[in-house]
Amino acid sequence: MRYEKDFEMEKIMQLDFALVDLGLYLNTHPEDDYALNLYNKIAKKADMCRMNYEKNFGPLCSFRSYCNTNSWNWINNPWPWSEKSNFNLNPA
Amino acid sequence: MWIYEKKLEYPVKIKKTNPALAKLILTQYGGPDGEIGASLRYLSQRFTMITPQAKATLNDIGTEELAHLEIIGAIVHQLTRDMTPEELKKSGLDAYYVDHGVGIYPANASGDPFTAAYLQSTGDPKVDLYENMAAEEKARITYEYIMRFIDDPDVMDPIRFLREREIVHFQRFGESLMYVQEELANQKVFPIENNPCSNKNCSD
Ligand SMILES: [Fe+2]
Repeated sequence: MRYEKDFEMEKIMQLDFALVDLGLYLNTHPEDDYALNLYNKIAKKADMCRMNYEKNFGPLCSFRSYCNTNSWNWINNPWPWSEKSNFNLNPA
Repeated sequence: MWIYEKKLEYPVKIKKTNPALAKLILTQYGGPDGEIGASLRYLSQRFTMITPQAKATLNDIGTEELAHLEIIGAIVHQLTRDMTPEELKKSGLDAYYVDHGVGIYPANASGDPFTAAYLQSTGDPKVDLYENMAAEEKARITYEYIMRFIDDPDVMDPIRFLREREIVHFQRFGESLMYVQEELANQKVFPIENNPCSNKNCSD
């Protein structure tokens, strides 16, 4: 079973992965304007998703987070290696 | 410096315990072609790399390998949940258990601890990039050998992702090598550095 949180996380994972991969491509093709444009578009989208996620479900980063820092939520379970913080992309 | 993000690069959700499989996959954590070796290799070689393109490539792939290390750790961790002593004995993970319990330890599939002897950092930009292209190919074939033993789609999914990343990294190192070769060819015409012990070439 997948929760709202999982779907929001999946969006971030997809967008961030696109940025990692495009970033590696741009390192060796820095003059490719099409890729650069795409990178900038996706980065904007990923940032919006991150803001939305952090406000609802807690920080993804111990600093520069969009979430409310009145309480120190960084230490909250689950951590990424736990089965509980994950989901199946292709549920059987 | 680095910033940690509280998420995996690719999700890992494994329902079925399988210590025998964990024993095999552990080699990509601390084995000869595993992720910690890859990360250390590229992050160490950065300091003497030349050309902006190749420096960025080493830096960023070395960083991504740390995310892969975390994925492998999560896979092994989740595959070794709630093992019974009988399961452990049958799986062949019992010897590892005696040394490390259910802890994640950087070792290869036979239990040998990780060693920096698995990697090189020669200070020669061309030589290092050749090493890296070979390293990515070795990591890919190791993932393919592992895949022959996987019958659980929960495990296959992230392993397939990791295998594909090796192919992309191989490609990027190949492109970096072209920049480095071009730069070295230019330097031959206008030698800027005659002292082979100096690392002035790579700083700017
Ligand atoms: Fe790699």
